[in-house]
Amino acid sequence: MTMVAAEMLPGWAYDAITILGMAAVTALSRGFFLWSKRDLRLPLALQRALQVAPLAAIVAVLAPEIVMTHGALIGTWRDARLPAALAATAFYAWRPGVLGPLLAGLAVYMPLHIGLGW
Amino acid sequence: MHLRDLARDRHFRHGAGDMLAFGPGLAAWGLVTGVAMTQSGLGVGLSILMSLTVYAGSAQLASLPLLASGAPMWVVWASAFCVNLRFVIFSSQWRIHLGHLPRRHRLALGYLLADLNLIVFQKAWPDRDLHQTGQARYAAGGAAAVWTVWQVSSLVGILLSSLVPLSWGLGFAGTLSMLGIAYALLTDRIAWLAAIVSATAAVAAFALPLKLNILVAIAAAMAASLVMAKRAPPRERSS
Repeated sequence: MTMVAAEMLPGWAYDAITILGMAAVTALSRGFFLWSKRDLRLPLALQRALQVAPLAAIVAVLAPEIVMTHGALIGTWRDARLPAALAATAFYAWRPGVLGPLLAGLAVYMPLHIGLGW
Repeated sequence: MHLRDLARDRHFRHGAGDMLAFGPGLAAWGLVTGVAMTQSGLGVGLSILMSLTVYAGSAQLASLPLLASGAPMWVVWASAFCVNLRFVIFSSQWRIHLGHLPRRHRLALGYLLADLNLIVFQKAWPDRDLHQTGQARYAAGGAAAVWTVWQVSSLVGILLSSLVPLSWGLGFAGTLSMLGIAYALLTDRIAWLAAIVSATAAVAAFALPLKLNILVAIAAAMAASLVMAKRAPPRERSS
């Protein structure tokens, strides 16, 4: 039944429903522990573990983006990402911030990537 | 409180201002996400719909190959939820600061609170177990700033995507801006340990489907920080 209904929809409408469902997933996940009126106290130990969750999530997304390619560790030094990350790190050590390291990293990344194809 | 009064509120403005420091990195990431959506084959209309409603960059990017390959709806939704599971964890943290609001406001504000919002919030309000006056308004200011910067840059990316080839590698700007954010969070030994464990686990478990390596890495980092906190109770945080 649902298969028939899905096939009857134009492609854009099917995609639009999929996208609106994803929006509901965003609302569900971000509002998960905000829904209940009851004060769900998490154990102190768990709360402490939660304190590192944002950093852990950022690093978990970040690390593969820098050191992996096609699901494996980078096997060549001809990859612009490692020198760019090093430049950003060095800049951060000199002047902590977000924009400075970003620009320093891009200044290394763009010439190597666009110019040399790394 | 009316929206007009909110915009003049001290905490709201403070929250928006703190967030705008991250504006350039956020805008670069939003721009690239906009370009990526359009270039994956979603039309301009669907890309705009996705940007305005889904409003979760990682989940959007992860869903694009699935949408392009005609995966069933439930597969797209399940993978988006897996990528978004970190928000479930974050929402229990937000609960401490936003729990006093009516449910309608809690859920509306919660829907708008992304990773960067919690990170910046926790730098401004270091005591994470304590609700303080002004926190909800501060969070709302940050949410308004992120939403505006993200949507504008994402729309620009969508509309200019034919002029901005992905081969330029602008997506790496998002990665580099996250690098600076991560370094700023390395405030003590437990944070360092969590970052090292998380990076190692995310790479080692990369072969897992649905980006579950991210969740494995978060869980491993949290477990490691718990063990370390038990061995040596952390001193008072200086920040």
